[in-house]
Amino acid sequence: MINSQNLEALNIIIRMKPDLFEAPDYYNLDELLTEEHRLVRDAAREWVKRDVSPIIEEYAQKAEFPTQIVKGLAEIGAFGPYIPVEYGGAGLDQISYGLIMQEIERGDSGVRSTASVQSSLVMYPIWKYGNEEQRNKYLPKLASGEWIGSFGLTEPDHGSNPGGMVTNFKDMGDHYLLNGAKMWISNAPFCNVAVVWAKNEEGRIHGLVVERGMEGFTTPETHNKWSLRASATGELIFDNVKVPKENLLPNKSGLGAPLGCLDSARFGIAWGAIGAAMDCYDTALRYSKERLQFGKPIGQFQLQQKKLAEMITEITKAQLLAWRLGVMRENGTATSAQISMAKRNNVDMALKIARDARQMLGGMGISGEYSIMRHMMNLESVVTYEGTHDIHLLITGLDVTGLNAFK
Amino acid sequence: MKILVCISHVPDTTSKINFTEGDTKFDTNGVQFVINPNDEFGLTRAMWFKEKQGASVTVVNVGGPETEPTLRKALAIGADEAIRVNTEAIDGFAVAKQLAKVIEDGAYDLVIAGRESIDYNGGMVPGMIAGLTNANFVNNCISLEVEGTNVTATREIDGGKETVTTALPLVIGGQKGLVEESDLRIPNMRGIMMARKKPLQVLEPIATETETTSVKFEKPAPKGAVTLVAPDNLDELVNLLHNEAKVI
Repeated sequence: MINSQNLEALNIIIRMKPDLFEAPDYYNLDELLTEEHRLVRDAAREWVKRDVSPIIEEYAQKAEFPTQIVKGLAEIGAFGPYIPVEYGGAGLDQISYGLIMQEIERGDSGVRSTASVQSSLVMYPIWKYGNEEQRNKYLPKLASGEWIGSFGLTEPDHGSNPGGMVTNFKDMGDHYLLNGAKMWISNAPFCNVAVVWAKNEEGRIHGLVVERGMEGFTTPETHNKWSLRASATGELIFDNVKVPKENLLPNKSGLGAPLGCLDSARFGIAWGAIGAAMDCYDTALRYSKERLQFGKPIGQFQLQQKKLAEMITEITKAQLLAWRLGVMRENGTATSAQISMAKRNNVDMALKIARDARQMLGGMGISGEYSIMRHMMNLESVVTYEGTHDIHLLITGLDVTGLNAFK
Repeated sequence: MKILVCISHVPDTTSKINFTEGDTKFDTNGVQFVINPNDEFGLTRAMWFKEKQGASVTVVNVGGPETEPTLRKALAIGADEAIRVNTEAIDGFAVAKQLAKVIEDGAYDLVIAGRESIDYNGGMVPGMIAGLTNANFVNNCISLEVEGTNVTATREIDGGKETVTTALPLVIGGQKGLVEESDLRIPNMRGIMMARKKPLQVLEPIATETETTSVKFEKPAPKGAVTLVAPDNLDELVNLLHNEAKVI
C-alpha cells in the first residue's frame, strides 16, 4: 500500500541512486550516425540522466505529469526537432528526431508521449496542413514549450476505426460550430491548444485548432491508469464550441490527413520503444552480474543468459530497422506500411524484453526501485495507441496480399 | 578578455581499459570519449566570463580528427571558436609546445587548462605552458575572479585553501570548485544549431621533439580470493603469511 510516508522513503532511495545506464550498441551502429546525430543524442541522454531519472518514479507513483521538465524538453529539441528553424524548430533530420525519442523513452514512455504528441500530432499538422498565419501563430510557442498541444482523433466508440467518428462541425457563416467528444488524449488536461479532427456537413474529415478558453470546450482528466502514469491523459469535450473559421487547417482533408500525422508519430515510437528496451536490458544485465544465488552471479546461469542474449539480439535488429526507416523517411520514400511494421515490431520487442527483464530481477523487478515494471506497464499503452499491435499486423497483411481484412 | 580553454579528449570514466600493440598503446575500441572533467569545469567558468564580462572563448585540442566531436560539443556548450592542432598528443612536453605556439599567436589573456587529464594523469601541461609563455600560474585552482587585469584565485592545498592575487596573462590548472557539478551544462538544441556555423580551425603542428616514450602499460593485478583463518588458529595464519603470501 502506497502511503505518503513509504512513498517518501522510496523517493529518497531513488533520488540517491545514480542512473548507471550504459547504452548497448552491439553492431557499432554509432558508425551509421553523423557527428551531429551523436551530439543531439548524447545531449538528450545526459539530460534524461540529470533531469528525468531522479524524479520520474515519484511522479509515476503519484500519477502526475512533471511539468517542471517541459522547459528542458524544449531545450533538448524534443518539440518539433524537424520543424524548420523559421517556425522555432531545430531543422534537424528524421534520425535526430528518432534518437531524441529513443533517449526520452529510455527515461519514460509517458514523457516521450508528451513529446511525440507535441511534435508529430500537433506541430506536424499545423506545419504541413496549416497556412502561414497558423504556422507563425502556433509553432514557435509549441517549440518553446510555452504552449502544450493535444491531438483529438480517437473517440469513445471509434478507436481502430477513426473514419467512423461522430465529432462534427457546422458552417454557421462567420464561424464553425463544433460538437462531439474525444477520448484517451495525451496532454489533454493541461493543453493550451488541440488539433481536433471532425466531419463537416458533407462527412469529410478536417482538422481544426481548438484553443483553451473557447466556450463549451472542456478537458476532464482520465484517472486510475496503470500505465503512462507520469503522463496526463484526458478527454476533449466540445459542446457547441464556436471555432473561428481561420482555425481550420486548409491544406489537407480526409482521413489521410490525421493518418499522415500518425505516420510521423509512429516513426518516433519505433525509435522510442528501443529506448525503453535498452533501459530494461541494461538494468537486467547489471543486476545479473551483481545478484548472487547458489554462490554465483545469476548471469552465469544458462536460462538468464538466454534471456540476455535474446534481448540484445532483438534490440540490435530493432535498431537496424529504425535506422533504415529513418534513412527512408528522410528521403521521403518510407511508406505507411513500412512505418507500421517498425512500430509493431519494436514496441512488441520492448514489451517482451520488459517482461523478461522483470522476471530476471525476481521480487526486485516489481519494486519502484528499478525502472522495469514502470516501462512494462507503460508499454501496454504504447502497444495499443497509435494503431494497436493487431491493426498494424493487418496493415502489413493488406500490403503484402492486396486484400483488405478491415472491410 | 581573450580566454583559451584547453580541452583534452579523454575516455569516459566508465570505460573498460585495455592495451594493444604489446601493451604499448591504449585500446580505443568501443571507448566513448568525453571532455576531460577538469577541463569541463574550466569551460563552464569561461562561459560565466563570456556571459557576465563579455570575454571571448576559444577552445583548443592537440589531437587527430577523431577529437573533433569533443570540440564541437564545447562549441555547442557556448565557446565561440575551436582550434585543433593536427598531431597526436604523445607526451606532455610536446603538447605544451604546441599549445604555447597557439597561445602566443592568439595573444590570449587567460588560459584555462584542467589540472590534469583523467586519461594519463600527467598533470604537466598547465605548468609547462605557463613556463613556455612566461605567464603567471595557479595550479589546482578552485575559484577564479578577474577584474581588469587583476586576478584573485583560490587553490586547493593540503588540508585547506590558499587565496592568491596575481595578474593577467595567467594560466590556471583548474578543477572542481571553479564551478560545481550542478553548474555543468548540457548542450541545448540552440547551442547545437549554432555550433554548426562556428569556426573549427585545423592548424598544422610545429616541429617538436618527443622527450618521453611509453614503453609499457600494465593494469593493476586482479584482486585474489580472501582466505579466512579461524581466530584460534595462529599457526595456520603464520604459515600462510610466510609460505603463501611470503610477507613475513
